Amino acid sequence: MSIFKVFDTAGSAMNAQSLRLNMTASNLANAETVAGTPEQAYRARNPVFAAALEQAAAGQPGGGHGGVQMRGIIESQATPQALHMPDHPEADENGYVYRSNVNTVEEMVNMMSASRSYQNNVEVMSTSRDLLLQTLRLGQQ
Amino acid sequence: MTLSLDKAFGVSAAALKLRSERHQVLSQNLANADTPDYKARDFDFKSALRAAAGDGKGGGLQLQRTDARHIPAGGSATGPGGAQLQYRVPFNPALDGNTVETQVEQAKFAENAVNYQASLNFLGNRITGLIGAIRGE
Repeated sequence: MSIFKVFDTAGSAMNAQSLRLNMTASNLANAETVAGTPEQAYRARNPVFAAALEQAAAGQPGGGHGGVQMRGIIESQATPQALHMPDHPEADENGYVYRSNVNTVEEMVNMMSASRSYQNNVEVMSTSRDLLLQTLRLGQQ
Repeated sequence: MTLSLDKAFGVSAAALKLRSERHQVLSQNLANADTPDYKARDFDFKSALRAAAGDGKGGGLQLQRTDARHIPAGGSATGPGGAQLQYRVPFNPALDGNTVETQVEQAKFAENAVNYQASLNFLGNRITGLIGAIRGE
């Protein structure tokens, strides 16, 4: 019965989207943090999604549902913004601190997209559940 | 008179099976709505049902394969139940190579769910009729 697999598919997508939401939250929380050097500055993190191929992974446990898998996490390569704050305790010898390279607008868009996709998958799951329950009652008055 | 359950249920059983397969394919599209380079897939329900019902007229021309290593005609991947999967042509292709359009997929998904319920109802009515015939009511 292929509808049972839909729970794995939608579940993997919900996992991926909630991880994305989690990363957006940590990016937004660190949007205003500053550091003493550009290397130490917080960099925005984003997950990379890949399709879990059904045919290729059919023999492996956990694979083969055709859902979403996480391929990795990338850090944004944008240069951290240098702010001239000589009084800041973290400031370097020139009086600069380095703000994280999080783009707040991008993160808000990511947040909305992730939450919409999550809701979509919840709907898919509840529809599948209804269909399965109706199928189980087939033939009973 | 012999009663074949397969014949008694008619095309509804095959339709139900294909509907559940399409449900799975569409749910995969929706799950991968944010996956880069994912191509949305679907299959033609009408020809798949004709092929499953086995009337020989549908499904298009098939190339005869005399060796297991021959590549099947059409070249497209087969779905969970052997239906020929095809790629959807997007209205608005995305920059990241993803061709899933959530609103299109949602519409197809809802349509397929309703049709699944219709097939279920047809099957249920058949079963009720058969039970009535067996009991002699």
